[in-house]
Amino acid sequence: MKRESLIVHTLLILGSVLALFPLFWMLSASFMTRGESTTFPPHLIPHIPTLDQYRELFVRLKIGRAFFSSTVISVVTTLFSLLFNSMAGYAFAKLRFGGRERMFGWLLTALIIPAQVGMLPLFLMMKALHLVNTYWGVIIPSLASVFGIFLIRQFMLSIPQELLEAARIDGAGELRIYWSVVMPLARPILATLAIFTFMTTWNDFMWPLIILSSDARYTLPVSIASLSAEHAVDVELMMAGSVVTVLPVLLLFLFLQRYYIAGLMVGSVKG
Amino acid sequence: MKSEARAAALFLTPAMVVLLVFFFVPVIAGFALSVTDFDLYSIGDIHNLRFVALRNYAAVVRNDVFWTAFFNTLYFSIVGGPLTVAASLAAALLVNAKVARWKGIFRTIYFAPVVTTLVAVAIVFRFLYHPRFGVINRMLDAVGLAQVDWLGDPRFAMPAIVLFAVWKNFGYNMIIFIAGLQNIPEELYEAARIDGAGPWRQFRHITLPMLGPTFLFVGVVTAIGYLQLFAEPYVMTRGGPVNKTLSAVMLMYQQGFKWWRMGYAAAIAFLLFLVIGAATMLQMRLQERRR
Repeated sequence: MKRESLIVHTLLILGSVLALFPLFWMLSASFMTRGESTTFPPHLIPHIPTLDQYRELFVRLKIGRAFFSSTVISVVTTLFSLLFNSMAGYAFAKLRFGGRERMFGWLLTALIIPAQVGMLPLFLMMKALHLVNTYWGVIIPSLASVFGIFLIRQFMLSIPQELLEAARIDGAGELRIYWSVVMPLARPILATLAIFTFMTTWNDFMWPLIILSSDARYTLPVSIASLSAEHAVDVELMMAGSVVTVLPVLLLFLFLQRYYIAGLMVGSVKG
Repeated sequence: MKSEARAAALFLTPAMVVLLVFFFVPVIAGFALSVTDFDLYSIGDIHNLRFVALRNYAAVVRNDVFWTAFFNTLYFSIVGGPLTVAASLAAALLVNAKVARWKGIFRTIYFAPVVTTLVAVAIVFRFLYHPRFGVINRMLDAVGLAQVDWLGDPRFAMPAIVLFAVWKNFGYNMIIFIAGLQNIPEELYEAARIDGAGPWRQFRHITLPMLGPTFLFVGVVTAIGYLQLFAEPYVMTRGGPVNKTLSAVMLMYQQGFKWWRMGYAAAIAFLLFLVIGAATMLQMRLQERRR
């Protein structure tokens, strides 16, 4: 037993080093002076930590604009997706109407359709709507999602029907039941969906890359991908850019991981 | 019940309109696009658009670059997928081991790469893989091994991207495997121990079969994700060296959004869709046969 414990913990710690080292190196190099991360012998931690790279990023390269774009797009997408998906999920879970199961099953097939298949026509549509190079062009296709509806529906199935009937007998309208009875009960799953949507939107790359054309509107991933092509040799600067991009979602995960992991579990039940 | 149906229509409308207009219609339109010669001239004036039947598909399959991208994508999925799943299972077994302490902390650490922004950590790995200054080569050097030009050598570029993808994604499947492991009744292991089965036989004859449905889910999700490879080569190699990391989605992006050959690009997208559908079906079949 002693020996087994030793082996298991050695491997666990080794795995942790592998998982964390790239993130540690990113953080460490971002506080170095220009060129310090490529010296011989290598520095793993900065000799004199400096904020020079961050100053360069925010003052000269105006990365604050990309931070702003990412924040606006992620927050607006999250709020709308909470509203739209919870409404649809509620209808699929609790309201009786003809063809409900068939419609829901049909919706689920969308989960295996890769988004890229629709991206070309979607771009032409956005062009016709004059939404190319706008925040709405990024946001609109994500206002609702099949995964979000699925997540909400699975949760709401467990809300007792009697609760809704009681509210109906008391004379509450359907909108009121949804907003005052169902939504408060659904708070944990709404938290899960909020974190999921925020992180997915924040990290998304391909669609923003396609739809945004001016660097004044770029999101963080698009912005640092474009910077990394121009500043291929400025290691420390690019590490600071990566930290600025990764840190918000990493912190969000660390504080709210309970909800995030709960969502993964619901997602995998269908398997 | 009529009022309930009316309410349902009201509640469903916003989400259904968004999904219909901005997902299902574009997917169908994508197929329509793939049988036209939509290009830069059609963007200028839609009257230049012509129906070309399956000519785009014929042009795609005659193009060597397409097959390069296709096999690169398959390579990434067939090598990277199982490696990721194996790493996930190993991590899950370790975290879930009876003797393991601080399970929550290790689980969080292993999951951290999953939530990071793909583009940002791809940039980090580009520097870790740097032939002269990269930490990885310096470690190889320190233990006396030959240094490798990870992203510049045609033989190593795709394996380097695979290793990066394993690092980035193994934590996701790990969480699902942990849930699967916790669903296996403890009595099965007790009975096996009484029959004198060692750890390996318990793993082989209880753990693996009981994880069957989990393997299916994890396999399908990983395959769908990996066949859509795009950001990693876009950021780390631009598809090079000599197209060794060019993926199907990247080719579609270049043809569609760089050269505006949208009909041609739509044909590539649809072929990819077929491959993803086939991969999903194949895994479900294999799963059924094992039962």
